Amino acid sequence: MAENLKNVSQMKPGDIAIIAGFTDEYLSFKLMEMGCLPGVPVRFNFTAPFGDPVCISVSGYELSLRLEEAATISILS
Amino acid sequence: MANPKRQKVALVGNPNSGKSSLFNQLTGLNQKIGNFPGVTVEKRLGLASLPDGSAVEFMDLPGIYSIYPRSLDEQIVAEILLNHHSPTTPDKIIVIADATNLKRGLLLLSQIIDLGLPTIFALNMMDLVAKAGITYDLKALSLNLGVPVVPINARMGIGLAELKKVILQPGLSPEKQIFHIWDEAKAPIKELRNSLKVDNDYEAYQFLEQPKSLAFLSREEQKIVNDVRQKHSFFPGKFQGAETIQRYGFIQDLLNEVTLKQTDFSWKNYSRKIDKILTHKFWGYALFFALLFLIFQAIFAWATVPMDMIDLLFSDLSRHLHSVLPPGPLTSLLADGIVPGIGGIIIFVPQIAILFAFISVLEESGYMARVVFLMDKLMRRFGLNGKSVVPLMSGVACAIPAIMATRTIDNWKERTITIFVTPLMSCSARLPVFTILIALIVPDQKALGFFNLQGIALMGLYLLGFLAALGSAWVMNLIIRVKERSYLIMELPTYRLPKWSNVGYTIVEKTKAFVLEAGKVIMAISIILWVLASYGPGDKLSNARQNVLAESANLRLTDQGLEDRIAAYKLENSYAGVIGKAIEPAIRPLGYDWKIGIALVTSFAAREVFVGTMATIYSIGSASNDQDATIKSRMREEVNPATGGPRFTPAVGFSLLVFYTFAMQCMSTIAVVYRETKGWKWPILQLLYMTALAYLSALVVYQILS
Repeated sequence: MAENLKNVSQMKPGDIAIIAGFTDEYLSFKLMEMGCLPGVPVRFNFTAPFGDPVCISVSGYELSLRLEEAATISILS
Repeated sequence: MANPKRQKVALVGNPNSGKSSLFNQLTGLNQKIGNFPGVTVEKRLGLASLPDGSAVEFMDLPGIYSIYPRSLDEQIVAEILLNHHSPTTPDKIIVIADATNLKRGLLLLSQIIDLGLPTIFALNMMDLVAKAGITYDLKALSLNLGVPVVPINARMGIGLAELKKVILQPGLSPEKQIFHIWDEAKAPIKELRNSLKVDNDYEAYQFLEQPKSLAFLSREEQKIVNDVRQKHSFFPGKFQGAETIQRYGFIQDLLNEVTLKQTDFSWKNYSRKIDKILTHKFWGYALFFALLFLIFQAIFAWATVPMDMIDLLFSDLSRHLHSVLPPGPLTSLLADGIVPGIGGIIIFVPQIAILFAFISVLEESGYMARVVFLMDKLMRRFGLNGKSVVPLMSGVACAIPAIMATRTIDNWKERTITIFVTPLMSCSARLPVFTILIALIVPDQKALGFFNLQGIALMGLYLLGFLAALGSAWVMNLIIRVKERSYLIMELPTYRLPKWSNVGYTIVEKTKAFVLEAGKVIMAISIILWVLASYGPGDKLSNARQNVLAESANLRLTDQGLEDRIAAYKLENSYAGVIGKAIEPAIRPLGYDWKIGIALVTSFAAREVFVGTMATIYSIGSASNDQDATIKSRMREEVNPATGGPRFTPAVGFSLLVFYTFAMQCMSTIAVVYRETKGWKWPILQLLYMTALAYLSALVVYQILS
């Protein structure tokens, strides 16, 4: 379902998008518990100096995740 | 235990929700640390009294986001919350949440309410809520959740009287079930409730969902759960995502109803500005390394003052005991075995206290999460995790608290590698060995008119240990193959000023844990060493005085000189000496003789014993005031009979330095690794690996240099 959807790892600092879903079930449990829910807006804040991990804002929290984990969050944009 | 009426109250909450502040405010210094059965996770217990005078025991549990565990820390909480019929089951649970953003706190609360234990909801950080302009309808919140809601400010201790009043009220199980269990799960739940003692449907559901968190059940009970799971083809984790979505749906509706005035999050903007600097490409690393430098400076320069005082105190005590007690084996055991053993533990307390003061400030302020963020990419190349930074840093003071700090790493492989390589970081017990050997073989000169050569040598050894740790991690990363995935989904908390009393409590707690953990082992080992060094085969030891007198009749020794010689003679002929001589062929290729062999034997269990053994074997009275200088000059004069030159040539010295950098030589670390990895496999592998690495490296160094 997610082939034509972009994901969080493709966002640029300052971008805002809506979470559409997840491509990895195992990680999605943890991500949802941390507030990344389908339909919730996500803001891409900044990346660590080597471009990985990245920092996003979601549900009012700042989360850090690795690029490969960010890539499992599909977005509508 | 003594008072059956004493209530047990568990504190549960997200990380950074102010749980520790609340615990410290409630219990003050009435805290003790116990161990959860089987693991070394500290169970923080504290006593407080309620308005009616009755006592209540608070239990501080590790911070969690959900009752579905991922790391070891979280699993312990899950087990406590699921185990409803044990003497340690809490009578009430306080769920504490950051009220400036309730969503995630409510997720955890909704799960705990469904488990059916009496629950109280403490809304923390009400001062920030007011500042951010949020208003909640607390009555509606309490009504919707079916549990009492108490607003508090844990940092300032506001609202605690009200909280205690609520604790005093009879605890009622929440009547609401927030989560609607799936139809598919109803049949197995019903079957489980018929055959096991389970309080409610959701608890039974958790039994099915969490096969790993049921260690408290008997084998038969676990079998029942497994059979039910199999019979109904229930896969753990199948519904977990859907459950979270259902709960968040409830939470969003609830928040829409009880939030009277919403806010934007612009009050947090200062935190973003700080992040611009602290996670900057250049400044982020520059500041982190500056901070590391400051910490090491503190550990090595500032801590020496109290350490010297402790050293003096214990050697004075030892001497005092010798002078007031009648001579004999018991006095010797006390003065030469037990007292120096305790001293050998206490002496590390200043360094450990300083290190944990820093670590606690960094954690309280929210900076530690940024360090993990900055370092993760680098550490991952070596099979480690950003979270490995804290254990590796702590390892410079002592591997024991460092290994205990690996529990926050949720990935098994990364955690195991971190545990495996942490003892290669040069801990403070290596420092006295390094100092004396460097002083012996490296000239006290300046290179380039600026750098002190001895200082460079010392730094080089620390670097060597660090590189060995990284290299070993890299190799292990290639060897260990696991399916388990590594991830780093971590909150970056809003920066705030550390609360100093929390820092104080952390220092006390970590120091206590070290003294107790390491203490037991070092104590036992020092007694064994004392036996090995005080007794020997045959009657040579009992006749030591006559034999030495006979040998040195024409030497005109002073009294002190004679006593020193007798001590050295005794050590040579003790069991330790016998072992030292027995291993001489094995260590000769490294450039060592049997005297150094004795030191290797005695420092097998604790490396810092090296200096003391050297002092005895080269017959320097332990009473000497200027001990170091004497050992140094005596070691410098020691002649190698094979060459006629000095025994401690640069080749031997560097070989020894490298050996001590890599060798395990710490029984307490082995004990902690055993407990943290729940088996002998890793500590034994670690011991073999580090010994082999030490031996081979020392061999190479000696053969090249000599």
